[in-house]
Parts: sequence; C-alpha cells; structure tokens
Amino acid sequence: MNVGIVGYGAYLPKHRIKVEEIARVWGADAPSYKKGLGLREKSVPALDQDVITMSVEAARNALARSGGVDPREIGALYIGSESHPYAVKPSGTIVSEAIGATPAIHVADFEFACKAGSEGMFVAHGLVKAGLIKYGIGIGADTSQGAPGDALEYSAAAGAAAFLFGSDNLLARIEHTFSYTSDTPDFWRREYMHYPQHAGRYTGEPAYFKHTIGATEGVLERSGMKPSDFQFAVFHQPNGKFPMRVGKMLGFSHEQMEAGWLSPTLGNTYSGASPIGLSAILDVAKPGDKILMCSYGSGSGSDSFVFTVTERITEVQGLAPKTRYMLEHEPIYLAYGEYAKFRRKIRKAE
Amino acid sequence: MSSARAWREYPQRYRYEAAVCDQCAKWFFPPRLVCDACGCREFTTKAMRRTGKVLTYTVIRVPPAPFKDQAPYVVAIVQMDDGPRLNVQVTDFVDGQLKIGLPVSLEFRKIYEEGEAGIINYGYKAVPV
Ligand SMILES: [Zn+2]
Repeated sequence: MNVGIVGYGAYLPKHRIKVEEIARVWGADAPSYKKGLGLREKSVPALDQDVITMSVEAARNALARSGGVDPREIGALYIGSESHPYAVKPSGTIVSEAIGATPAIHVADFEFACKAGSEGMFVAHGLVKAGLIKYGIGIGADTSQGAPGDALEYSAAAGAAAFLFGSDNLLARIEHTFSYTSDTPDFWRREYMHYPQHAGRYTGEPAYFKHTIGATEGVLERSGMKPSDFQFAVFHQPNGKFPMRVGKMLGFSHEQMEAGWLSPTLGNTYSGASPIGLSAILDVAKPGDKILMCSYGSGSGSDSFVFTVTERITEVQGLAPKTRYMLEHEPIYLAYGEYAKFRRKIRKAE
Repeated sequence: MSSARAWREYPQRYRYEAAVCDQCAKWFFPPRLVCDACGCREFTTKAMRRTGKVLTYTVIRVPPAPFKDQAPYVVAIVQMDDGPRLNVQVTDFVDGQLKIGLPVSLEFRKIYEEGEAGIINYGYKAVPV
C-alpha cells in the first residue's frame, strides 16, 4: 500500500522583527549577528496567536488541498510543539474540534524540542500504513522564545505546517523513513522555567550535525539513493547557516536546498521548521520530483523522509495560500517595545 | 462570558456553522429557530464560507478589562459572502489598509484569556485577505 501526503498547508504570522532592532536594544553588533546566524528578520506571533491558532489555520489549509476529505474520517491528529499553550490540556483537542474531526479521533500532543512536528508526521503516516486509520494529521507548530538579549532571541520565531496522510489520492508518496536518536544534552528547559538553556557551542557538532547526518545517511542507505537523485532537500533550520552547511557536508547543492530554506527571513520556527520548509517545496514541486526532509530536535534526534511527488500536486498547489507568499506578502514590522508586549516580556501589575 | 457558554457556542465560534432555511435558503448565523423571511422552522446546518467584506467599523480605545492589552482595536460589521452579518474584531491590517469594503476572511484566534492561570477562549477574528 502506498501511503503519503493527501493535503498540506502552512501558516505564518504577519508580524516580523529585524535583527537590527533586537541588536539596537541590547547594544549588540547587528552585522556580526546577521553574518554569524545567517538571519535578517524573524516572524513574531501576535498577542492573539499561539500554537493552537496557527495549527488550526495550517490544518484548514491542508484540508483545502485534500480534494474534499471529510474531516470526520481523520482518525488521528498529532501536534508537535515545545510551546503548547497549556501545561495540562492538549492543544490537539481544540484543533480537532475546530476542523470538525471530533469525536472519533485519537489525539496527542508531542514534545521533542524542534523535532516534535516530524514525530507527529512519522506516527500519523505510520498508523495509516498499519491500516488502523484512514487519514491522520501531523502538525509541527511553535511560538518559541529566547531569553532577552540571548543569541536565541534573534532566531526564535513562530509558524506551523500540517500534513494530512492517507493511502489514496496522494500528492506525494512516502518512500522511506529513518530516525536517529541519542541522549545529547545540548538544549533544555525545565518545568516552570520561561526560557530554555543551551550548552553554547555544544549545540553544533555533536548535536545538530551528528544527528542530521546520521538520519540522512540512514535514509539514503535504506532507499539506495544518493543526493543527486533529489530535486529538493530540506533540513532543520535553527538559523540561516546550519541547514546549508549540513546539506553541503552531505553532498546537496544550494539549488536543491533553496526552495525550502526559509530561515533567513522567517527565523527558527522550532517544531515547524523543516515541515514549513517542506510545504514551501511542495508549493513549487513537479510530478516525479524526489524530496528529502530531515528534522532535528535537541536532546537529541532526527527524523528523515523520502517523498516522491505525484501528478496530483499541480491541482492542489493553488488551493491554499503558498508558504513563500505568507512569508513575503505585506509583513508588519515591529519595534522592540511592541515585540516585547507581543511576547509578554513586560512585567505588569497584577 | 462563561467558559460553559463559550463551549456551547463551539460550532459557531470554531466552525462557522450556520442554519440555512430549507424553504427559502436564507443563512442565519448564529442559527435561529424560525426563519424571519418565510416563517419556516426547518433548517440545515452548513459551514459558512470564511470570506466577506467590511460594512462599517469603529476603533475601541477604552475596552472592557479582558481586552485591555489589545487596545486600541477595531470592531467591524462584516457582510459575509453567504449572507449573514457579523460583529467581529479586525486585526493584522497595515496602516491605511482598513476601509469600508475591505475583503476579509475569518481566522482562528485567541479572543481572551481568563487571567494568567484560567482558560483560554478561542474564536474568530477578521483579517484582510
Ligand atoms: Zn426561510
């Protein structure tokens, strides 16, 4: 049985803040941050946006491209995020209710730093493949925060992408998957702590690069494919530089990675990052194209997928807003003060 | 508004479910029991299309307590493409964009939070298309 993507959709908030504006407040050197991180600006959620609101919009866009799937036939919905609005009360119940998929549905919220979104995709498609459900949705969404003045503040951004999996009417088949995991303490946040901590330089070599390379080489070996067999590749995007560097280490070219490389103007959308990149690739892909996607989550692990795009892709690309359009169309730029209010960094009277 | 009332209104707040008169096809949002056009009492539930146009709007500068952080904000009457008129908050517009006739679409947003520890209430707001 072929299993794959029946519908896909993304959602990006309209607000942005530029690296210069953050650097101005903290007395940091904007050009060196821009160069060092490969970032120019990042998305910011408004006060009325969170993982749930963005997931609903991304899921609606996925359904709009599904060719009329009845939401009541969706048997599972998984949202991966490290910024679920509630500590206790699932995001997925609200999203399932909003898309009309309740009550006959299995719902769970996943957490695994930035890899939680691809986990949702992995499990949802696996249940379809096992024949337990007809359709399943995997969503990656985050509204992550970095501590004020910390390097993470320049990159932590917001966005969501949703993928509806099924076994007929596919727009992309899943050919192979592979996961690569180890206990690596590169980044964490303890209960009740507002901001995460990270082990500085440690986040590079033994963490992001080792796991991304491990999962990508694993899926290439399983599929018997080599980098030049792919039209597109997308990797997790903690900043503008890492995904291009790891891709080149693996043998992918700038051209193969360009369509899914959003972080220079989007920032790091955490659980949303490689899934949103995949949505931008599907927006421009052609029938027969091969796509490699590899996520990364601190702690640490990577999930990789090999997709083959089908003939149906051209019918659905225009049925919901395209990801690059949402990234580039009339962004609203914020000053640091408004941004601090939006991100609730200002302590108010009780 | 209580969480219980918000919960009963999920079909409208989350999915824009309207009542469509079986006799004259007029749309009602929120649903009602008797059609004011033909007196019919039979309706079919349908999800309203999310698109419409701003009929008129006003800026709220001194809002009720739960909406304090959002001030100033815009509330509009939106003529939905399926017929109903909604009283709805408008957001995400750029300077000079908001005007009568502006095409908008409904997005899922937080409406208000019952304090730092309370329930979060979700619903729709209008944004420029
Ligand atoms: Zn009637």
